[in-house]
Amino acid sequence: MAGHNESILREPLITGKDITYAQITEEILSPVENKPNKAWWIGFILALCGATLWIVSVGYTFWFGIGSWGLNKTVGWAWDITGFVWWVGIGHAGTLISAVLLLFRQNWRNSINRSAEAMTIFAVICAATYVVSHMGRPWLAYWVLPLPNQFGSLWVNFNSPLVWDMFAISTYFSVSLLFWYTGLLPDIATIRDRATGMRKKIYTIFSFGWTGSVKTWQRFEAVSLILAGISTPLVLSVHTIVSMDFATSVIPGWHTTIFPPYFVAGAIFSGFAMVLTLLLVVRKVLGLENYITMFHIESMNKIIILTGSIVGVAYLTELFIAWYSGSQYELYAFQNRIAGPFAWAYWLMMTCNVISPQLLWFKKIRTNIAATWVLSIVVNIGMWFERFVIIVTSLHRDYLPSSWTMFSPTWVDVGVFVGSIGVFFTLFLLFLRVLPSIAIAEVKMILKSSSEQSKMKLIKEGNLDKEQVQEYVASLEKFDSVKQEEYAKI
Amino acid sequence: MSNIKYILGSFGDPDEMLTGIKKLQENNISIYDVYTPMPIHGIEAKLGVKRSRLDIAAFFFGITGTITMLTGVYLATVVDWPVNIGGKTHFAFPDFVPITFELTILFCAFGLVGSYYASTHLFPGRAPRVMDLRATDDRFVIAIDAKQNAEHDKIDELLKSAGALEVKHNERKYVSYE
Repeated sequence: MAGHNESILREPLITGKDITYAQITEEILSPVENKPNKAWWIGFILALCGATLWIVSVGYTFWFGIGSWGLNKTVGWAWDITGFVWWVGIGHAGTLISAVLLLFRQNWRNSINRSAEAMTIFAVICAATYVVSHMGRPWLAYWVLPLPNQFGSLWVNFNSPLVWDMFAISTYFSVSLLFWYTGLLPDIATIRDRATGMRKKIYTIFSFGWTGSVKTWQRFEAVSLILAGISTPLVLSVHTIVSMDFATSVIPGWHTTIFPPYFVAGAIFSGFAMVLTLLLVVRKVLGLENYITMFHIESMNKIIILTGSIVGVAYLTELFIAWYSGSQYELYAFQNRIAGPFAWAYWLMMTCNVISPQLLWFKKIRTNIAATWVLSIVVNIGMWFERFVIIVTSLHRDYLPSSWTMFSPTWVDVGVFVGSIGVFFTLFLLFLRVLPSIAIAEVKMILKSSSEQSKMKLIKEGNLDKEQVQEYVASLEKFDSVKQEEYAKI
Repeated sequence: MSNIKYILGSFGDPDEMLTGIKKLQENNISIYDVYTPMPIHGIEAKLGVKRSRLDIAAFFFGITGTITMLTGVYLATVVDWPVNIGGKTHFAFPDFVPITFELTILFCAFGLVGSYYASTHLFPGRAPRVMDLRATDDRFVIAIDAKQNAEHDKIDELLKSAGALEVKHNERKYVSYE
């Protein structure tokens, strides 16, 4: 904070000239305080159509049962669990950004954590709806809770990964919600103190009486740090447990010890891809280019290359072990993936998850917004196919060749999946309208140390190493929100 | 003396506000509280806010979760309804590690955030006790109790010399009830 300056070599996290604290509040709150623009309405109507499709499809499933899906005796899990794991995976980036990057003191998290956490919560909601809707008798969903025998069931099987999963997902959801909401309090108070009438009343209730006194801020930071500390192992445990749903079974292709780290890396990979998909649009539509800068985009792309490569190594390791283990069933499961009837899905997964993210090694590509956006969607598609490949190709050719079969989805399967995307976007677009999409207080914190204007001031003062300044100015070339002419003069 | 209850020094810059705090303290003027739109590091030590004990509370909430889960699962699988699964031990500890971990985190998080809300009096619908509406936007506000510190002109002068953009003499403690 006050007193010492950040190294000039670090790229700025806030760009633009003469940004004041008031301006940060104004710009971030403008979508909340003003009527939405046309782009928002178009998006919202499309998302609502999707959400309606979801209600219809899930309603149909509840009424007619799971038989309305394309499942059969051999393939008893398909699009439902694929969709569940996909959404849970997407839900990993938010807490990762807010918790792990906080522990590592990565200040670039400050302008993306809020919307990433919101995304986490909505993605986990979508995942949870899959859990309930695939149960067959969703009105008995509470049977997954550890209730005693008087309820008509035995105790839940505490040895089962599905029960662990219930604990993991519900803990993850509620802890993420707490983390997100506590972080929102100061920003809700900002909206409250600027609002009038009914809006003021509503935001007053939700601001919990926040004032911003010294003690509240000090405790706030302590709470954030502890929550980050406990959320970090939590986020890793959640996808580990999701992977155990498969890994503890005896199905060839699932029964592998590599699953936990492989799933966690895949979750971070897909989560960051989804954050990019959303934020690249948000920054453009809401005009937040100065806060979500090219540095943020590039950093996320770097995480995508890293985790994408980990996932790639995991795929290859699986193949190697299938051969090296000497287990013919394991080997067959993988031969079937590569060259069987679902080979197209396997190769689509390989292309989208392992090959295309390698393009991000090129600086031109990872600092190009259009290319990044397309690649992030490609990753999302690839990660959906990863789960589809793991689940369906392992099941459709089981131990008895006479029961081998194929899987094809019905309109209800497709409706639930496309609909869940609609639900997700409906929630996300509503979030953009009622809550600040960037953590205002946290961005203000780094204004005096990490912004372009503070670095400009340092350069003008002239006590810096010339080479370092040159390197800094060169690093600004990729920023789409920086005016180069300013630096040419110096 | 007038009816002035609080004197507010409203700063536009956190560093100037820190200067203000320093100057006031050098002149033995007690500061009631400071309201800022963002956390200012190091200020709590100056104002004598003690170190938070929330970390200790969090630890004990976490441990409570651990014990709750282990006890609960023991009661369910050993005492209440033991199930013979291939002759394996009823209390299969490794199987219970994931859920015990989850419950530890759950209790820790809820206990921690609950204690935080309780200790700083935050709850849904609480009437905000705001002295200056811009303190959550772009102003860094030092509040001084006017009854305890009689030399109002001197306080004004100190705040202004430190760079305060505005000095307010409020006859009401909180503006948010208006």
